Amino acid sequence: MSVTDAQLMTINIGPQHPSTHGVLRLIVQLDAEKVVSCTPDIGYLHRAIGKIAEGLTYEQFLPYTDRLDYLASFINNHGWCMASEKLFGIEPPRRAEYLRVLLSELARIESHLIWLGTHLLDLGAITPLFYCFREKEMIRDLFEEICGARMTHAFCRIGGVRDDVTPAFLPKVREFAALFPKAIREYESLITNNPIFRARTRGVGVISAEKAIDYGLSGPSLRGSGVKWDLRKAEPYAAYADLDFEIPVGERGDVYDRYLVRMEEMRQSLRLINQVAENLPAGPVLADAPQFLRPSKAEFHRNMQAMIRYFHITIHGACPPAGEVYAAVEGTKGEVGYYVVSDGGPKPIRVQLRGPSFVNLAALEEMAKGQYLADLVAIIGSIDIVLGEVDR
Amino acid sequence: MIPVQRDIGALLVGDLAERLPGAVRQLTHSCGECSLHVEPAHLTQVARFLKDEPSWRFTFLANLSPVDWLSRTPRFEVVYHLRSLEFNYRIALKVDVPDQTLSLPSLTGIWRAANWLEREAYDLFGVRFAGHPDLRRIMLPDDWEGHPYRRDYPLAGRAAQ
Amino acid sequence: MGLIDGRFEKNVATDAVDTVINLGRAYSLWPVAYGLACCAIEMIHTTTARWDLARFGAEVFRPSPRQADVMIVAGTVTHKMAPILRRLYDQMPEPKFVIAMGGCATAGGPFRTYSVVQGVDTIVPVDIYVEGCPPRPENLIRAFILLQERVKAMTIAKSPRSAEPPIRIGASA
Repeated sequence: MSVTDAQLMTINIGPQHPSTHGVLRLIVQLDAEKVVSCTPDIGYLHRAIGKIAEGLTYEQFLPYTDRLDYLASFINNHGWCMASEKLFGIEPPRRAEYLRVLLSELARIESHLIWLGTHLLDLGAITPLFYCFREKEMIRDLFEEICGARMTHAFCRIGGVRDDVTPAFLPKVREFAALFPKAIREYESLITNNPIFRARTRGVGVISAEKAIDYGLSGPSLRGSGVKWDLRKAEPYAAYADLDFEIPVGERGDVYDRYLVRMEEMRQSLRLINQVAENLPAGPVLADAPQFLRPSKAEFHRNMQAMIRYFHITIHGACPPAGEVYAAVEGTKGEVGYYVVSDGGPKPIRVQLRGPSFVNLAALEEMAKGQYLADLVAIIGSIDIVLGEVDR
Repeated sequence: MIPVQRDIGALLVGDLAERLPGAVRQLTHSCGECSLHVEPAHLTQVARFLKDEPSWRFTFLANLSPVDWLSRTPRFEVVYHLRSLEFNYRIALKVDVPDQTLSLPSLTGIWRAANWLEREAYDLFGVRFAGHPDLRRIMLPDDWEGHPYRRDYPLAGRAAQ
Repeated sequence: MGLIDGRFEKNVATDAVDTVINLGRAYSLWPVAYGLACCAIEMIHTTTARWDLARFGAEVFRPSPRQADVMIVAGTVTHKMAPILRRLYDQMPEPKFVIAMGGCATAGGPFRTYSVVQGVDTIVPVDIYVEGCPPRPENLIRAFILLQERVKAMTIAKSPRSAEPPIRIGASA
């Protein structure tokens, strides 16, 4: 049934809106209650982080990466550190790689918890938000234990991680890992077979596997459509190659399947955390690369050459060889990529931050066409966007 | 899962030399990755080949990034990062943007992911993409003047803004 | 017991009008849901069970500014967002207050770029600045309590805009 333009109603959603998960503006054209077109208007959080990188050394830029996907800061740091390490030719020690896996998976669970709470809040269920944040606070306590910050930690460093974990950390991780499965069961008991939730999410926001790949979707948004693609398996980095875990995939590519994928991902993350907590190798947590990384304070005080290197790197910055790299990690929303170009100087000349939420959001219109306005809210929640990553 | 294969550059260049002679100018390597330097006039054909050819199937456009080399001629280049999910290949395509037109053919007809990525490139660098269905700014307000990610644009902005 | 013993036999209490009105205003300051960036996450944490901002009166975050008393600007304000911020502030009914939460709202934070407003006080008058990147929930609660002190010191005889300078809460406070 064709509808003339005069019969369509154009409404504006956002940028200040409880369900847009940040400063996202949608210009929606409706035919009665059905969405005819949905155009995102972004850029309300454009902070030019990619351009800031051109004025800072590789180490100085690290805290800015926290602010990209601020729900899972560690994973962003990790991607940047991986890109820098490839440029510099540094290999982090084994203990650092395992710790990176542990902290990345904690960050992944944290991000999925806030996704779950806010997604259900948008659909009208307030309770899961408080339950999810109960566990989220525990994860924040874990990060606070090792680095003092609850979020935006800048704990992953080029060459490893900032510091070794405190003695109390691993027992606390085990405590959390022991009670978290019960928490997931609690969320699922409220949500998974809830008739209202199922009615609002099954068959809603469907995207086929072929279209999902063509749109460049990644992460749970891609896996919900049945495509078994995860960078942790496809190009294993850190210690993922040594560890056992599964990649959950959906079938229909609707909001419900994306929900199921993320719930299972939380379980798999827990599996990884348990493995790392049991098998954490001993050793240093920062690579020994005196040309690029500052020596330790102990060396600084003992050794004249170390002191000179320390000052040199602090004042001038470490210079990698000229070259370029595209390093990607499996973030909570999808492929977090860093394309870094170096001309041999201490600062990169170009940093392109590939934010998965930016690419995933482009598929919103595809998923929302022909759906009801109320479904639009469910679809936005199921793509799981974070505006820091969209606008950068 | 099939292990990722990064060093397929030589094979790919050979294949392209047969099917699209003159399209690839150069193959370079950096940090274990390959980059094919493609002539702008052949970009669409190369992209179509890479996506559709059954033995390559680069169906996933991961990233599109302009680079401003400032003092080089030509000044800008655009780098495309492609993946083949089926065979787990990775490759980068590099295209110099002609200085006179500052324009490249749009690849939205080949990868839908190119739509927003090209708009971002246009918004922040001023590189145009001929044939793009909706080439307008995406991050900055529509009435913004200038392309801020160019290296001669000051980070703190111009006083006039 | 000592306070009311023998005083309210006739169920009449006397006090200044200001005290009663300010009591109502101070203990039901409803924020407008205005999370912009990373600070918004800490703001959400402040409202959930562990820190529970609701016990200080911020019972509900109103999506509509017309039903809100305080705007907690949590996150970076860009030039694209600035007109919307101003419009939302204008839509809030008096008396209204602004808490600038975090480094970005206070002074642009680490983003000294072409697109970021270097401090939300260039757009709206700010009552309390909360420093931190992001500030801890305790800091936001402290800001709230200080705002309540401010409100209790207001008088209906004068315009609501307080003559006192804004308060800054440092990250170490």
